[in-house]
Amino acid sequence: MEEKNKKPKGKILSWLDERYDLSGLLEFAKKKSVPKFRETIWYYFGGVALLLFVVQVISGILLLMYYKGTEDLAFESVHFISTKVSFGWLIRSVHSWSANLMVLSVFIHMFSVYFLKGFRKPRELTWYTGFGLLAISMAFGFSGYLLPWNELAFFATKVGTDIVGQVPLIGEPALKLLRGGTDVTGATLSRFFGFHVAIFPGIFVILLTLHLLMIQRQGIAEPEDYQKLPDDEKKTIPFFPNFAMRELLIWLIVINILAILAVFFPWELGNKADPFSSAPVGIKPEWYFLFMFQVFKFLPGEILFLPGELVGVLLFGIGVLLWAIVPVWDKKTARGNKNRLLTYVGIFVIIFIIVFTILGFILD
Amino acid sequence: MMNNHSENSNPGKTKRRDFLNILLGGGFIAWLGALLYPVFKYLEPPEVEEVKVSNVKIGAVEDMQKDSGKIIKFGNKPVIVIRKKSGDYIAFSAECTHLDCIVQYRKDYGQIYCACHNGRYDLNGRVASGPPPAPLKKYGVAIKNDEVTVFEEAS
Repeated sequence: MEEKNKKPKGKILSWLDERYDLSGLLEFAKKKSVPKFRETIWYYFGGVALLLFVVQVISGILLLMYYKGTEDLAFESVHFISTKVSFGWLIRSVHSWSANLMVLSVFIHMFSVYFLKGFRKPRELTWYTGFGLLAISMAFGFSGYLLPWNELAFFATKVGTDIVGQVPLIGEPALKLLRGGTDVTGATLSRFFGFHVAIFPGIFVILLTLHLLMIQRQGIAEPEDYQKLPDDEKKTIPFFPNFAMRELLIWLIVINILAILAVFFPWELGNKADPFSSAPVGIKPEWYFLFMFQVFKFLPGEILFLPGELVGVLLFGIGVLLWAIVPVWDKKTARGNKNRLLTYVGIFVIIFIIVFTILGFILD
Repeated sequence: MMNNHSENSNPGKTKRRDFLNILLGGGFIAWLGALLYPVFKYLEPPEVEEVKVSNVKIGAVEDMQKDSGKIIKFGNKPVIVIRKKSGDYIAFSAECTHLDCIVQYRKDYGQIYCACHNGRYDLNGRVASGPPPAPLKKYGVAIKNDEVTVFEEAS
């Protein structure tokens, strides 16, 4: 009788089951659940980032059909896509907007995991792979930004790579490696193109697979307050179909937002990059780099006998590193105690980012 | 991990195994090195022979308006040439010493300005305000037979 219950219904499923024995998989899918409590909404953002990554892959492959990654042709080919190719403007606009929304949802996902302490034992590796995915998402953004070879992208790349060059010891060789020479030229464009369409997607897919496998293996993290509840008060949502359906609904909303943004606010192309023209007044990077950009504007030329940019690079580097290794230094949460400091640090970081982002927008 | 029994009964065997492990491990690292070295070397861009430019002619004296600036190509480097209100010419490297953006002449400030991070330099190339850590490199300007030439000053 029990044996019979496990058998999948439907022709295709039973055909597959006969050959591959799906009972384990189906059992797993049946048991999979998500904790239900006040903060359940945050569990959707990883899935949103995943959806947007898929949108990026599809729209990116479509752009590849017309894009030409050389100094002479890059700008012209993007112009061609935007003006001549049917729906080219839409595909490009979707790719740009989806990139921004993806970075945004990756950030929301990261902060929600941080505040709900989803990174603690035994999920440290899920956090580290997630952090790697965040870093590559930003690297995707930075490299993709240069590909249209317009004025803004040219100077953003000059500044961004120059900041890398400030890092002690490895800065100089890293700068040359990124730029493909000492200056930002067509060689830089070729390299960024390669990073953007081959190297980053490869690493991203490997990390993403590990990230998702670990989540499936361990189940979804329960926050501290939820864990302390008596078992009969722990409410859960079955993953299939309840949670999956809700996630699908959110995906539908996200796709609609993306469509509205892409159609009504088509991404601009600007002017072609000219290595022999001045940086335009009011130049700004993408919003997710804006807070760093603004901090660099405020740093004086010299701090304690060190160049201001170097101090900025070092401080940012240390901050990011500390954030990345939070499972190592957060001993309190690991012991099962509330770590308020962690929450305050998180709130401080969010306020810091928001304030400097706003300053970046309103100040000249 | 090691089986205690075999370790006690035959210490010589363990040593031999360790030795083999070191040999194999070292061999593997050397092999990896031989594999990665060409890759890293490949990624390092070769030094391209640059055409040495020592001076650039930029036209007649009256080609540029007074109180204006422009970027010229000096070999593969951008150089900013400014004609002051007085009519004198000056020239500096146009690469901001802060983070490598290209500067411009701002009439309203009467200064050299970098739009990336609000760096300002005076008309001697010295930092006037903002984040730049060092002055702009100066270029020489010579006027001969009504023709303006920018040249690299001996450092």
